[in-house]
Amino acid sequence: MRKKALLLGVSLVAALTLSACGGGPANDGDNTAGDSNSRFEVAKDVSLSGSPTFDAMVKRDKVIIGVKEDQPNLGYRDAATGERTGFDVEIATWIAASLGFGADQIEFKAIPSVSRESAIVNGDIDYYVGTYSITDARKEQVDFAGPYFITGQGLLVAADNDTIKSEKDLKGMRVCSATGSTPIQNIKDNFPDTKTVEFDTYSQCVEALTDGQVDAVTTDAAILIGYAAQDPDNLTVVGEPFTVEKYGVGLAKGDAVLRAHINDLFTNGNDTWTQIYDDTLGQSGTKVQQPEVDAS
Amino acid sequence: MTSLLFDAPGPRAKRLNVLLNVVVLALVLVALVFVLWQFYQTGQFESRKWSIFTYPLVQQSLLRATVATLQAFAVGAVLSLVLGLLLAIGRMSAHPWVRLPCMWVVELFRATPLLILMMILYYGLPPLGFTFITPFIAVVTALTVYNGAVLAEVFRAGVESLPSGQSEAGYAIGLRKSQVLSLVLMPQAIRAMLPVIIAQLVVILKDSALGFIVTYQELLYEAKRLGTQVQFGSPIIPAAIVVGIIYVGLCLILSGVSTWLERRLRRSPSSLVHKTTQDISQVQL
Amino acid sequence: MDTLLNNFDLFTEGFKNTLILFSFSAIIALVLGGVVGAFRVSPVTSMRAVGTFYVNTIRNTPLTLIMFFCAFGYPKLQLPEISYMNLAIIALSVYTATYVAETLRSGINTVPLGQAEAARAIGLPFGQTMTLIILPQAFRAVIPPMMSVFIALLKNTTVAAGFSVMEAGAVKNYLSERGEPAIVGLLWVALVFILLVGVLAFLQRKLENMWKVAR
Repeated sequence: MRKKALLLGVSLVAALTLSACGGGPANDGDNTAGDSNSRFEVAKDVSLSGSPTFDAMVKRDKVIIGVKEDQPNLGYRDAATGERTGFDVEIATWIAASLGFGADQIEFKAIPSVSRESAIVNGDIDYYVGTYSITDARKEQVDFAGPYFITGQGLLVAADNDTIKSEKDLKGMRVCSATGSTPIQNIKDNFPDTKTVEFDTYSQCVEALTDGQVDAVTTDAAILIGYAAQDPDNLTVVGEPFTVEKYGVGLAKGDAVLRAHINDLFTNGNDTWTQIYDDTLGQSGTKVQQPEVDAS
Repeated sequence: MTSLLFDAPGPRAKRLNVLLNVVVLALVLVALVFVLWQFYQTGQFESRKWSIFTYPLVQQSLLRATVATLQAFAVGAVLSLVLGLLLAIGRMSAHPWVRLPCMWVVELFRATPLLILMMILYYGLPPLGFTFITPFIAVVTALTVYNGAVLAEVFRAGVESLPSGQSEAGYAIGLRKSQVLSLVLMPQAIRAMLPVIIAQLVVILKDSALGFIVTYQELLYEAKRLGTQVQFGSPIIPAAIVVGIIYVGLCLILSGVSTWLERRLRRSPSSLVHKTTQDISQVQL
Repeated sequence: MDTLLNNFDLFTEGFKNTLILFSFSAIIALVLGGVVGAFRVSPVTSMRAVGTFYVNTIRNTPLTLIMFFCAFGYPKLQLPEISYMNLAIIALSVYTATYVAETLRSGINTVPLGQAEAARAIGLPFGQTMTLIILPQAFRAVIPPMMSVFIALLKNTTVAAGFSVMEAGAVKNYLSERGEPAIVGLLWVALVFILLVGVLAFLQRKLENMWKVAR
């Protein structure tokens, strides 16, 4: 009996290994952002004296960027091709180029909302670009450059949902968002009658919504629009944004030099910003202006 | 079967057995058909959901995740065996200032949930200045201290299950305490405990799956990532099945090693080994 | 201390849910494990096969994966809706039941074969052999390892934190939303767990002494 089970196990693993070597319909995708990067001019001879993060990048000849990989149009990674796309990914690549690192010198690391601070504090990543709202509580642990984008909290519901029209209809509903995110805090503080459900990524919330385990998913409208665009038959965004969220680039606390560098990049790079926006989020048809950098 | 609680069946019992066999098989079949039908109904067998596994990149990342799981397991297993041995020796020390701290460490880490340990390491320590903690370090350290504490108790139980004549004989021929422990007691204890030790190694392998909560990118993390790919129809169930098969396969290989070792040991003339194994294999999880 | 007192509501809520998870899972696992354990020693071949298959598959799957399947896989099957709390209870029960079954089986194996043979010699059928002779003796041998199973279950409830159940393991997430240092909250949670495990271990020793069999 045991022997048979063992043989089964071995053959399963063997089969898996074999199939891992076999071909599939897709091309061998590149791990990095690929061609989309060529539009950013990679700066030469950059020097940021006094920035420990930059020194670490130069030393390992590589920049490690924390991103999301499950947010369509913002930070997304296609599992089949490995291609990373979205507004945040482009912004991250742009910053890397300004620091003198080309696409082949970037390593993207997917970090869920809940571990963003620890990833930055631990030095797992050099900087984080992934729908990271600037808040005072977070500023105690990390620094922010930017903001580079402004959005607000919205609601994603099933397309056939007639009861939830805006945030005023949330009473008694089950609302899902990511653990440790600003929107879930807002719901808990200001909508005490709702039941909250928390997962560590938004895509798990969206799955729960399509399966009927929750009534609405709440987070920044920009993120929700991306999900709705992916599955327009089943999902829709309702109401107007009811908060203001400013996305910043998360940095190690105290690295003022790097922060100033990124802020300058944003301030002087309006054309690039607009181009990035038009190519990603702007495809949904909405027009926005680049926000002013908050240097204080 | 190690023991038979029933006689060879007579004609009436045979008929009853056949009947029960039929009933059980029918129930299993019904349950199986229901599950498969439900899977089919909700489109879990759609080729779109499974096609994700045909992409080389996906296969590579699954392979990488398997390697990550095995890495955490291997490092964790070796380190916890070492730590377990040290703690066990410490707990059996004659000096209270060695024995008591070792006992506290063992009791403390055995009673703390592994997940809480991982969270303390990964979320708790970095703000205090321990910035070198990567997810891998957090996972391996937590696995090591928890399972080290458990294994310490296994080693100790093994030594204590040996007849006192063993150590007395050792002292009688003039061995020192450390020699009695390292030359006489430990080898026997480890041999007696091998099945339990390997069972604990299986636990380490399974517990490495908790790593996804501290963002260690192992098999379960991969299952979650693949399972939420919308363009493949969110293949959560296929991903869970595939990853489940990998886990069961890996664990069965380990259990197979354990069975093989057990059988080898049984061949040995010492009946003692057999008995202690039976007694103590219950104690640990 | 402040972290504990200022967020006492979180801690009580968390450990209340931990205890709910623990007690319901323990009861269900005991019943389910009893059935599976009986299957594994039964004279009927197919029952033994079902029992063995169940134990070997589930025991070799990480609890985290079982919970993953329950929390995200089950809702996809369009079966009656179950809350995340109950899904976590199901996952914990299904997983722990295999350990209960194995503990029972080894407990039965510790009863000397002569007992069963003697019972058969005086003409008792299988059912009576089990209920009158084997199980009462096995029960005593089973108490200490069974308590270990439950101690493990108590610690395992923390896994539910990753699947949207507000229990002790999730307290840290809520605390960090309130801007509290993670380490303090986590150490308090660990301390309470150490106490709870201590209580169970104490119970284990008491029961062991109470039901010790002189053999």
